[in-house]
Amino acid sequence: MNAQALRRSRTDHAEPIPTGHVQQAMLPGNRLHLQHGPINLVIKAYGDDAEVRLAYERAERRLSGMLQSLVDNLSLLRSPDVPACVRVTDATSQQMISAVKRFKGEFVTPMAAVAGAVADTILVAIRKTACLRKIYINNGGDIALHLAPGQQMQIGIVPTLSEATPDSSLCITADDGIGGIATSGWDGHSMSQGIADAVTVIAESGAVADVAATLIANRVNCVDDRIERRPALDLDPDSELGERLVTVSVGKLSETAINDALDRGEQFAQTLVEQGNIHGALLSLQSHKRTVGLPFDRQKRLTS
Amino acid sequence: MPTDPNKTSKGTISSKSTRAASMTERFGAREKDGIVRCDACPVLCRIRPQRSGACGRYANVDGELARVDPLVLFENTRNSGDALVPFEESSAEWSGNLVRQETFVTAIGSGTTYPDYKPAPFIVATEYDGLDTVTVVSEGIFSYCGVKIKIDTDKHLGAEQADILCDEERVGHVTTGEYGSQMFSVGGVNHLTGGSKREGKITCNTLMALCNGKAVELTVDGGCSVLVQAGKAPVVDGVEEQRMRVGCGSATIGIFAQQWHGLVDEVIVVDDHITGVLSEHQAGRCLGMEPSGIRVSGRRSTPGRYFNVANPGQGWGGTDISDPYSIIESVDPNKAQPGMRLLMTTTTGDESIYCVLDDELNPVEENMPVAVQKVVDRISENCEPSLCSVLFVGGAGGSLRAGVTENPVHLTRSVKSMLTQVTMGGAPVYVWPGGGITVMVDITRMPENSFGYVPTPAIVAPIEFTLPRDRYAEMGGHVDYVQTLEEIREGYGDSTRSSTWNPKNPWPLR
Repeated sequence: MNAQALRRSRTDHAEPIPTGHVQQAMLPGNRLHLQHGPINLVIKAYGDDAEVRLAYERAERRLSGMLQSLVDNLSLLRSPDVPACVRVTDATSQQMISAVKRFKGEFVTPMAAVAGAVADTILVAIRKTACLRKIYINNGGDIALHLAPGQQMQIGIVPTLSEATPDSSLCITADDGIGGIATSGWDGHSMSQGIADAVTVIAESGAVADVAATLIANRVNCVDDRIERRPALDLDPDSELGERLVTVSVGKLSETAINDALDRGEQFAQTLVEQGNIHGALLSLQSHKRTVGLPFDRQKRLTS
Repeated sequence: MPTDPNKTSKGTISSKSTRAASMTERFGAREKDGIVRCDACPVLCRIRPQRSGACGRYANVDGELARVDPLVLFENTRNSGDALVPFEESSAEWSGNLVRQETFVTAIGSGTTYPDYKPAPFIVATEYDGLDTVTVVSEGIFSYCGVKIKIDTDKHLGAEQADILCDEERVGHVTTGEYGSQMFSVGGVNHLTGGSKREGKITCNTLMALCNGKAVELTVDGGCSVLVQAGKAPVVDGVEEQRMRVGCGSATIGIFAQQWHGLVDEVIVVDDHITGVLSEHQAGRCLGMEPSGIRVSGRRSTPGRYFNVANPGQGWGGTDISDPYSIIESVDPNKAQPGMRLLMTTTTGDESIYCVLDDELNPVEENMPVAVQKVVDRISENCEPSLCSVLFVGGAGGSLRAGVTENPVHLTRSVKSMLTQVTMGGAPVYVWPGGGITVMVDITRMPENSFGYVPTPAIVAPIEFTLPRDRYAEMGGHVDYVQTLEEIREGYGDSTRSSTWNPKNPWPLR
């Protein structure tokens, strides 16, 4: 901020303006780390040096201002039923609204798509860089990816969000038509109404995968004394979930309870696959797993 | 997801500590029901007690806003000579510290308030030798900053004032040639914010890489390409520099004249800058040596000192010659005599030849006598390893001062009068005389990865101001925000990182 803008802000605002900046750093393996408030992106583009540099510059340019645009639309994005006629100019916000509209009859706000949609819009900004073989934008586990023809990518899959160490991997090829992967669970960043340790979804975009993972994770659920729940507002005074109960701890469950919970999630995930909303899902709860759709049949166990 | 020791489940912060209440007002605001609002980014999260914000980096601990990134604390082991204290098995509660330690809080990870109209993140009161000392700790954002690089080499890297390019962008320029070294200036406000957006960005990246001790390829416009890394040998056009010369050819003559006297009749020290000729040189004359009559090529500057004996190159002494005799232009038969002993060497002793004039006064190589070889070896011994040194230069005289005191000029005056000590990541700095607080620091004395940046573009660097507590109050310091070290330690608990003090640095608390 230059001195003039600073003076202006001092007189125009009763309170100091928020002091956030996009921070960036290079990580080993020529990956770019961009961070602004809750947005934490790890980006890798594969191509020749000049192209990759250009892609990273575009990513940074695209991110600057994005958080403010989302905040500007926040009340709309926190609303569970955005009227069909509403259009917003911010591409990320619009992507979030469009993503949740695909899941009719579900209580879900566009905020469920925020991580995936941020990754998607960054991907759009840098995908036009010529000659990049592949790109991933990892926004805290919600990933947007691009594969040029003939390319493939190995993705690590985590069994629980609290540990977040991959135990298996999934090979995605350009022919799969997959643009997004997202993982949701009760012990993650955001609140879940379900008890899944992790639900990983692959879909055509990061935003859609993000919403679907949230919804499936909510469905992995059962009634059990060992599950502790609290009203969402008790944890976050601004939560759009209101008084709905969210999971705060899950004790060791019986075999029956685990299978019961996974059955519900699996059934719902199967419906989403059949509707063409997602390509596949992997559900994980206390060392039990279920897979739905393709290409999770290609999943490989990682040996430690 | 990063493992956060304070986090148990669902983002709950379980630390029983209370952080200084003031942090909440400085970085956010209190609301009802113990909720705090965080102003660190535009999201303005409202956070309930024992919960973290959307980013997971700021949290509400018992109704107070707290940062959960590690803050680096330095442990000073006093009397390092007595560091081995016998472990007493009888002591029931061993603290883990062998000797009495003192702690200095660095600004690394302390966060920043920019522009600094809120007090700096930490104002720490440490009791030291019975005196209350205050350290004001902040990560400063430096728009006015750059590095000065000293590259130990005799090679001609490029013309003075030539542009220095990184990634095809102008990031600095070649400045003065110094003794055995070439100085580069990289960065500065004109490159950071005065040029194109790309120039600013590449300059910022280059500065951060250099300051964090990474290797950076710099190209001099019309000159060499140099791989620069602080504390490492420069690599010039792909060739790693080995050693600095002991001095120029003339200086080498001056240093070793006495040791050669009596062993040889003439010494020529071949050097691209100044080639020295012993018998003609002031040093030889003082020893009563007779002129040998051997005239070297090039332009005579003063007696025994010659410029341009050959062209610059990769041969003897930074010249382009591989045959040392080729710089002998003539031998005066009226002065020279058959049997005269001649030593030719370079300023590093890497190349040397011993010869004797035959009857036609032509030099003929002979085995070097042991005594002469000893002096040549001594030249090598006196050549230090070639290194790149990187000094960060930045101006802390701007808004950053407002985080320290209500009346910023008092800080400037206090620094100037040496009452307030400035350190960066615990490393000592040189404070330039004159107005403002312009500091210079050797980045190798700072902890690893001390530097960050914001895309303004500007460099983020830790900076600490240390002064007696009563003086801090006198200068209008934010005394209400002073925390004791114990409070910080307790408040930050597991999110502090203790580092061993770099023994090369003086302890900043006095």
